[in-house]
Parts: sequence; C-alpha cells; structure tokens
Amino acid sequence: MSLVLTRINVHHHAAPGSNALLDINLSIAPGEQVALIGPSGAGKTTLLHTLACAHKPEPDGEFSIAGVHPWRLSPAKRHALRTGWFLAPQTPPLPPRQRVVTAVLAGRLPQWPLWKAIASLIHPREAAKAHAALMRFSLQEKLYERVDRLSGGERQRCGLARLLMSAANVFLVDEPLSALDPRLSRQTLAVLQDEATRRKATLICSLHQVDLALENFPRIVGLRHGRIVFDLPRAQVTDTMIAALYQNANLTKHTAVPDLIHTARANSSPC
Amino acid sequence: MPPPYAQHQPVIQPAILAFLLSLLGFIFASFYSLDLQWRALFSGTAIHTSADFFHGFLPPALTHAFLLKVGQATLETLAMSAVGTGIACFFGSALALPASGRLGTWARRATRLLLNLLRSIPELVWALILLIAVGLGPFAGTLALAVHTTGVLGRLMADALENLPTELEASLQVNGASPAAAFCYAALPQVLPQWMSYTLYRWENNIRAAAVLGIVGAGGLGQMLKFHLALFQMQEAATVIIATLLLIALVDSASFKLRHQFSA
Amino acid sequence: MSADFSCPPDPAWRSRVTALLIALIVLWPLLVASEFKPWQLFDKQSLDATGHFLRGFFPPAHSKEFLLLLLEATWQTIAIATAGLTLALLTAIPFTLLATETLSISRLESGHMRFISLLIRQTARWILVLLRSVPELVWALLLVRIFGLGPTAGVLAIALTYSGMLGKVYAEILESSDARTTQVLLRNGSGRLAALCYGVLPATAAELVSYTAFRWECAIRGSVVMGFVGAGGIGQRMDESMKMLAGDEVFTMLLVFLLLVACADFVSSFLRNRLT
Repeated sequence: MSLVLTRINVHHHAAPGSNALLDINLSIAPGEQVALIGPSGAGKTTLLHTLACAHKPEPDGEFSIAGVHPWRLSPAKRHALRTGWFLAPQTPPLPPRQRVVTAVLAGRLPQWPLWKAIASLIHPREAAKAHAALMRFSLQEKLYERVDRLSGGERQRCGLARLLMSAANVFLVDEPLSALDPRLSRQTLAVLQDEATRRKATLICSLHQVDLALENFPRIVGLRHGRIVFDLPRAQVTDTMIAALYQNANLTKHTAVPDLIHTARANSSPC
Repeated sequence: MPPPYAQHQPVIQPAILAFLLSLLGFIFASFYSLDLQWRALFSGTAIHTSADFFHGFLPPALTHAFLLKVGQATLETLAMSAVGTGIACFFGSALALPASGRLGTWARRATRLLLNLLRSIPELVWALILLIAVGLGPFAGTLALAVHTTGVLGRLMADALENLPTELEASLQVNGASPAAAFCYAALPQVLPQWMSYTLYRWENNIRAAAVLGIVGAGGLGQMLKFHLALFQMQEAATVIIATLLLIALVDSASFKLRHQFSA
Repeated sequence: MSADFSCPPDPAWRSRVTALLIALIVLWPLLVASEFKPWQLFDKQSLDATGHFLRGFFPPAHSKEFLLLLLEATWQTIAIATAGLTLALLTAIPFTLLATETLSISRLESGHMRFISLLIRQTARWILVLLRSVPELVWALLLVRIFGLGPTAGVLAIALTYSGMLGKVYAEILESSDARTTQVLLRNGSGRLAALCYGVLPATAAELVSYTAFRWECAIRGSVVMGFVGAGGIGQRMDESMKMLAGDEVFTMLLVFLLLVACADFVSSFLRNRLT
C-alpha cells in the first residue's frame, strides 16, 4: 500500500494550540523501507500515529493510503482498512498479567471471529504460530510466561512478535530497539526487515540509533520540531546534516553528536 | 485585635464552632426524642435480667442430633452466601459493561440507575419482597443476596473499568481488532484481578447477611436462631450463635487466602 | 536453546480443566443446599402473588396521617442511628487507647511492651473483634428479648457492634500515622490522653471523622433493618405493613427509605469532602 501525505498538519492532543507536525509532505511507495530519525519531541511518534490513522490530521492537508482517503470514509469502513497496517508503539502494549502466548496471538485478532478469540483465551489456538514468531527473536522459551515476569527488552521483542503474527503489509514501528543491547538490536532489526522483504511490506521505523539507521535503511527521513528536514537516500545523508538535526536538541546518550559522526562513518557500508 | 501569634488560646473558626454546636444539638435531640429507658438500663433489675439472660446461654446445647441440624443449617447459610455472591458476580460484570460507558451515555445512565436501586434496598428488604414470590426458605435469601450484591458489585466493577487507562485497548483497535475482541484481550486481563477481589470481599459481607436473613424466614442459621429464641431455648440458641461466628470466621479466612492468591 | 523446535503444549490447560471440574463438583451441593430452583420464579402461583403485591403499590399511600406517622418513624430511625453511634464512639475511645500500640509507654524504653501491657492490649483487641463479629441483627434480636420492643434495643445493638468497628479502625488509623510526635511527648512525660490529643490527633483527625461519617450512614441503613425485629423506626413500620400486605404503604416507605439513604449519603460525602 502506498502512503501519501500532502501538507499535513497535526495538532497536539494535549495542547491544541501548538503543532506536533507542520506541513508534512511525504510519499512512500509499497515495499519501501524508511528510517525516521530526529531528536526527542521531533514528531516521529506523531507521524507514525498519523499514518496509522490514530491521529486525525487537520482538514487542509491530504492523506491517502493506496489511493483511498481514510478520513473521508465512515468509521466502519476506516476500521476495515486497519488490518492493512500494524502500529507497534514504543512501550509494548502488553497487559502485565497476561501470558506471552495470548499477548502475541492478539496480533491475529483482526482475522479471527469473536468466538475464536474468546476460545483462544481459554485454550490458545495457533500457539504454534506464536511459538514460531517468538523463535525468530530467540524468545520461544517464554511462550507460557507472564508478561510482567519478562525483562524490558524481552517485552519489547514480544510486542514485535505480535507484529509478525499480523497480516499487515505496512509496518509502523516506533523505537523498537530502545531497551536492547547492540547485538540484540541488530538481530531484531534484521528480523523486522526480513519479514518486510518477505511480505513485500512497507516498513517505516523510527530510531534513535542513527548508525543502525544508516546501515540498514535505504531511505532516511529526518524530523525536527515537527517538520521534515530532509528525506534522502542514505548515501546522500551527510554528517553535517545529522549534526544539524540533533543540534541543541535534548541530547541523550543515544544522540551524543560527536560519537555519531565517527560511528556513522565507520559503519556505513557501500550499498 | 492582637496578632494571632500573640494569643495563647487557639482561635476556633466560627463556622466550625457553629457546626460542632449544631452537631451536639442534633445528638442531644436524638437521645431526648427516643425516650430511652436509661433508668431501666442501669437499674438493678436490668442488670439482673441481662445477667440471667446471658447465663441461660451456658452450657450451649451439644447433643449429636442437634449438632447435625446446626451443621445442615450452616451448610444452607454457606450455600446461600456462595451462590448469591456467584450470581451477583456474573450479572454484575455483565452490567458493568454498559455502566462503564462502553455502550453509550444513555446505557450508562440507565444501568447506573438500576444498579443504584438494587444496592440501595437492603438485603433484608429484598428478602421480604422475594419471600412473596418464592415462599419461605433459602432460595429467597439467595436471590435477595444476588440482587443486592449485583448492585454493589456492578457499580464497583464499572468504576474499575472506567478508571482503566485506554492505551492497551486502543493499540489493539488501531490495528484492526474489533472493540469486543480488544476488550477481551486488553481490558479484561487488567481488570479481572480487581473484580475477583471485590467479589471475594463481598462474600465476607454476604456470609454475615446470609446468617441473619433467616430471621425473616430465609432459612439457614438465622431461621434456627429465631425459632429457638422464640421458644426461649437459650442453650440451643447459644450453639447457633457460636456456629454463626465460626462460619463467619471460616469464610473471612477463605476469602482472605483466595484474594492473596489472585493478586499474587 | 533447545533442539526441539516444536511448540510445547499449554501447561495451564490441565489446571484449568481441573479447576472447572472442582468448581462443578462443589457447585452441585451448594445449589441443592440453597434450594436453588429458578423456575419457581415463573410458576403461576408465584407470578400471581408477585403481581398482586406489585399492583398494590399503586397508588402509593399518601394520606396525611400516614405521612406524618412516616415522618416520625424516619426521625426515629435517624435518632436511633445517631444515638447508637454516639454511644459507640464513647465506648470505642477507651478501647482505642488501650489497643493502640503507639501509645504504649512501656514500649518506649525497651522496644518491647511489658507482658501485662501486651495482655491488656490483646484482650482489648479481642473484645473489639467479638463485638463486631456478631451481626448487629443478632444483637438486636437478643436485646429485644431483654429490653422489649422499641428503640432501646436498636440503639444498644448499634452501640455494641459499631464500637467494635470504630475501635478497630481508629486503632488502625492511629497506628498508621507517624508515631514520632506522640513518642516525643510520651518520652517527655506527658500522659497518654494528652499525647493522643496533641500528638496523633491533629494529623489523623480528618481521617477519623471521615470514617465516622461513613459509619453514621451505615448505621442509618442498619437501624432500618433492625426495625424488622422490633427495634423501632421505619423498619418496624415496614414490617407491620408487609405483614398486612398493604402494598401502598410499603411502596411509600420504600420511596422514603431510598430518599433517606440518598440524603444520608449526600451529607456524609459532603462532610468527608470538606475535611479532606
């Protein structure tokens, strides 16, 4: 599904006066893999939520998915579209006392009739699929564990296992690697990208780890203060542009500017 | 007027003073209007009567045949409280859905009105009304407990649902799950431990209520107590009271243990 | 990582099936013991009786004499609750002082209470437990036997039961508050009562009053219920009307009762909100 945003503005829910996104113009073809980078508060999460039709943009802009304008449809028809994408929030939305198997199988809910969903609560159906999804993240041992007994990183990967269970062909992933160490980060990103390639799905992933973004994603979009600062193939993204993007913004240890420049240079491989 | 810090007496605000005075007046009026027999209360005869009365309880009747009857009545009372609370849990959770606003504002108002009505009328009054419909016996007591507790539990469960953060459900719905499925997979797992805790806590209340509903004819230990007191069979009445206290203690402890298991 | 890649079976399935079986096995005797026959609700006889009773509700009784009688009965109920709660309060206070560990002087010095103090404290606690474990209706039933029909039995029944409840909760509130102020006062030689008033009471007064207001509301409901065994108030009137199957009177009284409960609820919440 192609995604096209034209002159999109989105207000903050909490502060209707200020804008979370300003004048966004973005066009993503089916099957593309795009990394969203930018400092905290830049609007990456809001952009992903807008693409998932979780935030309604201002009416003066245009937003279409596979040629359809979702906000012009009735709520019922718009809901029917939702099975086409999967939004994975930064904090994995898993109920603490639920077991991993049920939490992961929740990804299949759009495909299941209600009786099957309820039956699965008592005795999990398609547990084998959940097991296979967890195996790709090396988490298959945790299949019947409770979610609140997992570490932060394990919970994050469970949230992504739920994504694998879905039938979506647009993956909207928000900071999937924040609780993972470098080795696990690469492994997890690899799984996501493999799946996207296999399904010929679009993958839009927001990342704080700029080095990983430059290594793995052919297209990088930089956001700052709610605007798109650049939208380029990775070869054209320079260190100066990255430094300018994060300059004077709230620096966290992920975005320490001097380190970024060196690691980005060292790790970027020729395509 | 000297500044506050120079005064040695604490200054009482006039509003609080007025309130306290009217409260005292209210209390005094209550005592006065009731025409309590204070003299009778503290006179020698009253103390004698009470002493004799309580003396008549000992020793409690412990014959084999009687203990069997008490055992049966205990089981009846326990069953009343358990079945009544169980029914209330089921209907309470069913009504909690509309009462939490998930099916619209009108449904919420109507359901909450119904729940308020059910819980405002005490179990005893419900029992009296239901005795007309189903006659004497523990069934009326069970239904009375079920109806009253549905009102109580329904309201508590609905409030718990309403206070839930919506992110988990929203994240399922944004990806295409139906509201019903999202409810089952996101809201229910969060709210179920609290609902179980409310139900078990309510069971503690209901065992006490079940014990006394029999006084108006709903079977169990209450009916036995009234029967023996009316015939001035104090020793039998003492056994029934002891059995009641033991049953209440048993249910309290069972409820406590189960609640701890569920919230673990 | 295990070499076995197949999906393991659900370990919770067995325990869920077992739990269900146990529940069914326990449920059957419970249903039998409580004579659970829901179809009884719908048989002709009971429907007729219910219908007849409900029809008697309309129009609700509204003659002047009846309403005046009702007003008097309502006031009696409120008075019973208030008087009973006041007595309960007066009884609970000494028990609270006895039962609260914070006020233990012997504990200050050694960290442990003297054995006799411990004994007194435990006895006080057990008395409170006994007072509140006996259902208030049972107390009412017994007291009616001693003092006859009328409000005296009701007031005493509330006083006994609620002194147990108030005593326990007051002790808990006092114990859960910061003990340092009280201990400083006790160490410097103040008496227990003074330590209570100047140490713990200011901090916990709001919570104590709030709980008492809540209990007052409960006492009103309780005194209505006790009326059914002869302890006066609306309850006794309702019992009489029900025995005569005077549906119109019962209906009016139900409405008055609901109104009373709503007002008491309002007053109690108002007080509690103003305090906190």
